[in-house]
Amino acid sequence: MSKTYSQEQIFKILSEIPDPEIPVINIIELGILREVKFVNDECVVVITPTYTGCPAMKVIEDDIKIKLKEIGIEKVKVELVFSPAWTTDWISDEAKEKLRAYGIAPPDHSSQDKKVLLGKARDLKCPQCGSKNTEMISQFGSTACKALYRCLDCKEPFDYFKCL
Amino acid sequence: MTVQEAKFEYLLRLGDSSLIIGHRLSEWCGHGPILEEDIALINIALDFVGNATSLLAYAGQVEGKGRDEDALAYLRDEREYRNLLITEQPNGDFANTIARQFLFDTYMYFLYEELKSSKDETISAIAVKSHKEITYHLRHTTEWMYRFGDGTVESHERLQNGLNDLWMYTSEMFDMDEVDAILIKEGIVPDLNKVKVSWEKRVHEVIAEATLQIPVTVFKQKGSKEGKHSEHLGFLLAEMQYVHRAHPGAKW
Ligand SMILES: [Zn+2]
Repeated sequence: MSKTYSQEQIFKILSEIPDPEIPVINIIELGILREVKFVNDECVVVITPTYTGCPAMKVIEDDIKIKLKEIGIEKVKVELVFSPAWTTDWISDEAKEKLRAYGIAPPDHSSQDKKVLLGKARDLKCPQCGSKNTEMISQFGSTACKALYRCLDCKEPFDYFKCL
Repeated sequence: MTVQEAKFEYLLRLGDSSLIIGHRLSEWCGHGPILEEDIALINIALDFVGNATSLLAYAGQVEGKGRDEDALAYLRDEREYRNLLITEQPNGDFANTIARQFLFDTYMYFLYEELKSSKDETISAIAVKSHKEITYHLRHTTEWMYRFGDGTVESHERLQNGLNDLWMYTSEMFDMDEVDAILIKEGIVPDLNKVKVSWEKRVHEVIAEATLQIPVTVFKQKGSKEGKHSEHLGFLLAEMQYVHRAHPGAKW
């Protein structure tokens, strides 16, 4: 049964699964879905977490199984891998634009470097009004992957997708 | 002791420390001094529990007796736990929690930096992943060290008290035994003396800059590697394990 689908087709079907916490982008755009392969008659889907404790992983795993069952693929194994470690560099430019439109400032530079340990918070652009007059309220926001900022011009608080 | 046995033991040490400190931090949920800090502490708690999940899952595989991460977390008693004593110490006031987190986060930061190059692929992968998160934790707790230490008379005093109370638990972080010796030889784990040098340097720098004093404690508390804990762990486990043990195999 599953042999009738190609990997590309499976990818396309799984691209309909949104991230449970940021529903404007899907699990492929976010870089969580790593690989799809067929081992004997089993469909193996490889995913990687953004953060090790990300509670969304379980939901994503269930979503993948439900989605594949809908098209008749019953034997599904979802594998969780840690290597290579997920990085914000994997978020596509298109997805970054979607994040911004949704009100989340996307990661503004490439992956984390040592400066994170001591570096000052960056001047981020407010996703609402575009002002750079913003300040960090907390390094930890509504989810582990986000920090909380505030715009000093339009006064709106906003989430910032931390670089990892 | 075989390499496999040593690895299982070492994974429990790492995993249990993360699990227990993660659980301690989760006790702050709804009690943080300000909303943003409440959220921050819980975010960090989640990272620790996530890290523990991967380490204990791997420990179960290495052991090969069919125990998964849940069995290891919920069905072991106090004496079977291998977490560092500092991780089970009660939260105290917020400054006390910051002192505990700073001392432990700094340790974890340098330890995991070394574990990144472990010859065991799974340990290395977990370390690479976790090190990125620990970097954010350490930055956060270090900022509070400066803020409290160099803050008001009261904040300075409370943080200094926290450091003084916890200092006796720091030396066992660098104790090594047969488990370490076997794994160091295999290139799986680092020599903790190396971690100690980096830890001391960084801790002394931050404490000095925060206008605090290095505590003078002669007494060194140890025992976690043999499962000898302070009286606090039993109470913590009772709370953490209760539901799982009262309703074995429950699902929702
Ligand atoms: Zn604005």
